[in-house]
Amino acid sequence: MTATAMKHTAVTPSRQAPAGQRLCSKADLVAFSGVAAWLETPQGPKQVALFYLPGYPRELYAIDHHDPFSNANVIAHGIVGDIKGAAVVASPIYKQHFRLEDGQCMENESVKLRTWQAEFKGDAVWIEE
Amino acid sequence: MSTTSKRNVVIIGNGMVGHHLVEQLIENGALAQMNVTVFGEERHRAYDRVHLSEYFKGRDAEALALCDADYYARHGVTFNSCEAVVSIDRAAKTVATERGNYAYDHLVLATGSYPFVPPIPGNDREGCLVYRTLDDLDAIRDASQSATTGVVVGGGLLGLEAANALRGLDLETAVIEFAPRLMPMQVDAEGGELLREKIEALGVQVLTERATQRIEDGEASRHRMVFQDGKVLETDLIVFSAGIRPRDQLARECGLEVGERGGVVIDDQCQTSDPAILAIGEVALWNQSIFGLVAPGYQMAKAALSTLTQGETRFKGADMSTKLKLLGVDVGSIGDAHGNQNPGARMFRYLDPLTQIYRKMVVSSDGKKLLGAMLVGDNSAYDTLLQYYANGIELPKEPASLILPQSGAAPALGPDALPDTAMICSCHNVTKASICAAIDAGASDLAAVKGNTRASTGCGGCASLLKSVVDHELAARGVEVDKSICEHFQHTRQELYDIVRVEGIKTFSELIEKHGTPSAHRLGCDICKPAVGSILASCFNEPITDAAHIPLQDTNDTFMANMQKNGTYSVVPRIAGGEITPDKLVVLGQVAQKYSLYTKITGGQRIDLFGARLEDLPDIWGELIEAGFETGHAYGKSLRTVKSCVGSTWCRYGVQDSVGMAIKLENRYKGLRAPHKIKFGVSGCTRECAEAQSKDIGIIATENGWNLYVCGNGGMRPRHAELFATDLDDEALYRTIDRFLMFYVRTADRLQRTSVWRENLEGGLDYLKEVILDDSLGMGNELERQMQTVVDNYQCEWAGAISDPDKLKRFRSYVNDSRPDPSIIMTSERGQLRPA
Repeated sequence: MTATAMKHTAVTPSRQAPAGQRLCSKADLVAFSGVAAWLETPQGPKQVALFYLPGYPRELYAIDHHDPFSNANVIAHGIVGDIKGAAVVASPIYKQHFRLEDGQCMENESVKLRTWQAEFKGDAVWIEE
Repeated sequence: MSTTSKRNVVIIGNGMVGHHLVEQLIENGALAQMNVTVFGEERHRAYDRVHLSEYFKGRDAEALALCDADYYARHGVTFNSCEAVVSIDRAAKTVATERGNYAYDHLVLATGSYPFVPPIPGNDREGCLVYRTLDDLDAIRDASQSATTGVVVGGGLLGLEAANALRGLDLETAVIEFAPRLMPMQVDAEGGELLREKIEALGVQVLTERATQRIEDGEASRHRMVFQDGKVLETDLIVFSAGIRPRDQLARECGLEVGERGGVVIDDQCQTSDPAILAIGEVALWNQSIFGLVAPGYQMAKAALSTLTQGETRFKGADMSTKLKLLGVDVGSIGDAHGNQNPGARMFRYLDPLTQIYRKMVVSSDGKKLLGAMLVGDNSAYDTLLQYYANGIELPKEPASLILPQSGAAPALGPDALPDTAMICSCHNVTKASICAAIDAGASDLAAVKGNTRASTGCGGCASLLKSVVDHELAARGVEVDKSICEHFQHTRQELYDIVRVEGIKTFSELIEKHGTPSAHRLGCDICKPAVGSILASCFNEPITDAAHIPLQDTNDTFMANMQKNGTYSVVPRIAGGEITPDKLVVLGQVAQKYSLYTKITGGQRIDLFGARLEDLPDIWGELIEAGFETGHAYGKSLRTVKSCVGSTWCRYGVQDSVGMAIKLENRYKGLRAPHKIKFGVSGCTRECAEAQSKDIGIIATENGWNLYVCGNGGMRPRHAELFATDLDDEALYRTIDRFLMFYVRTADRLQRTSVWRENLEGGLDYLKEVILDDSLGMGNELERQMQTVVDNYQCEWAGAISDPDKLKRFRSYVNDSRPDPSIIMTSERGQLRPA
């Protein structure tokens, strides 16, 4: 199936340029929704949720895929929305909202997800690590 | 506190009032200080006597019961059913039953009343019955098996109830009344005449001014009744309902003071002439009056509670105003309805022979106060008139405007005109002041006020009044009654549904563009997006996996599987009606083995496969679809299952093919997106093995077709489904369910099950019947058409997904690598895998 084919585009961490990694192509994203991707970090592989909002001032967000409330890797599968003007994702398990901009949990001040800078270079999605 | 230091309270009688006292004792924590023992002579625990005639329309003893079977035991109340108290020893402070003696510190008589049977020769013949208890009703039903005609002796409130019951048993029914008119206590000559016309129009014969002299053998029927004028009437069955008498024999025998015409004399504290003994309900005589309605009985129960717990509440008499629906005819009576207790009072009357409506007001001589009122044929003015009467509100300049027909809506008395003492809910004694107090204490909507005060949770007659008071009080406190679904739309779900339909809007982006609240982003949120997704699916039934709809779905809908707590999914193929071939069972087992899935049988008669990884879902479904399975929509707010018993095909009791019907229904409504999930049950006979009465739609086979029940629920707040229509043939059943479900889909709030929707529906079950069965809104055809559209556009979402490479891309766990999520760790338990 398609997932197997994706092996050919598996991450090859760019050791020479730690400032950026190519994660996937624009076609891998789903408009107004999220997908998950692996990111190589100095601490080991990390799961990142990528959200794509075409036509909005900021089109691309990268945020931790791990939901601290359920301890499951599910954030990319949440519903995207905006609450009080901020773009957010709702955890699909217990429905807490996380601000895409900085990962702040709207229901619990002490919880904040890690975020990354992400951008398009042509048709490729690049992330700063 | 040790049990020995507790006082013993014994309650004789487990009718509505006796039960209400037990409820009050429990709710007010009085059981900490007392052991409560209840004696009931009937087999059944307390049941709703007000709605007794519904027993013949399918509401059984369990549905009429006022509490759960274990309610008393759960709270430590001893309940002895089938155990009548035979004597009271006041000196020893004990009561005796056939089984033994029981000591009391306080005794409460709640023995109620018995039906009066006139001393007519022959009144004890076989087939001469009374109408008071469930056992009486069983006896009437048994006797009706061999009867074609029935007579009710007594044309009062209870007599007409009994006549309704006989009609329900398909007997040719007559009512005999001694007075010149029906309901002589409640209505006058004009009202009585109108009532007679309306009841005769229903096919019930009405004979007034008839005194029965004797009952003897009939020629064509079992009995012949001979009247004072020599005329005769033949009938197979006779029910006496000529008034009630207090059951005060125990009190008489132990020397308590009783009234001249019966009734145990009580004071404001409900104490009898022996302070250790209280009496409440229809056995009690307060200020020379017996109160034959349930609301005053409840007030006595509250006063008795107060006496038992050293409180301050006293019984101060009760208003006997009442509104009824007898044989489908509205009758209302307020205060001095006849105007014979207030010399100099003036009468206003309005009689419309065409629509058969009669309204009468009794007004003080200065024209300023309402003293009483009488309504026949239409009770819509009742609430307003009652408020004028009960609160002494000054009448408008032209009092007649209150009973004259209006070109627009009737002039309702605004909630602001009501004083704080105005009684809103008389079942639970809730005044306007207590509603205001609940709001001030933080109740911010109707549901919260109902929960805190119990207002409108009794007979429900005050529902619309309560709503207007709550809305008004909230508005007065500056609380905007906000019906917005979320910050993105200032509309209710129902309004959004109408907008989508009327404007033919097919995507979320178009809807929020045209009708959304202006805001920085127009992304929507996890409240409005799934709601709109569901509305779009209900209207157009396009696949939820289409690109425009994907961002609207909860993860369960997106991946068409149910996410579990560790991020894996469960897979539930449809097994319509719970019927599955051995070959398909084998396939389910093989798939579960191959993909290491945990298997469990669900409550809806299908098989749940747990622990599937996202990336495996398409392969799993490929194999299932290959074997003939289709999606079970376990992930959607949609039709889940139609549970069935095995029915007439195998069962010796079954009267219809319940499995066949369940499969037809499941295949008809599968894929219907709704405000919440929907479950059906189909039973092949009244044994009800499919538990249909706990479902949104319950169907029970009869000899003649199908009985349809609606709005039941299991879960957190169980609710019995209510009988909606009887003896439907297959086509009528589909048509009725089409209309019902589409009306629910159109009008319910998001995530509102049919049970809650029904409880919040103004007008209740009667209104629902009018809309669905009588087509009172003229939308029946449209509802059926819409359902047909949904049925015609059904396609298995999984079959669509696995044949579309674009949709399949969505099932990758990671877009840049195929390695599985290493954090999903399973362990073994009882021979299967489960999350570690």
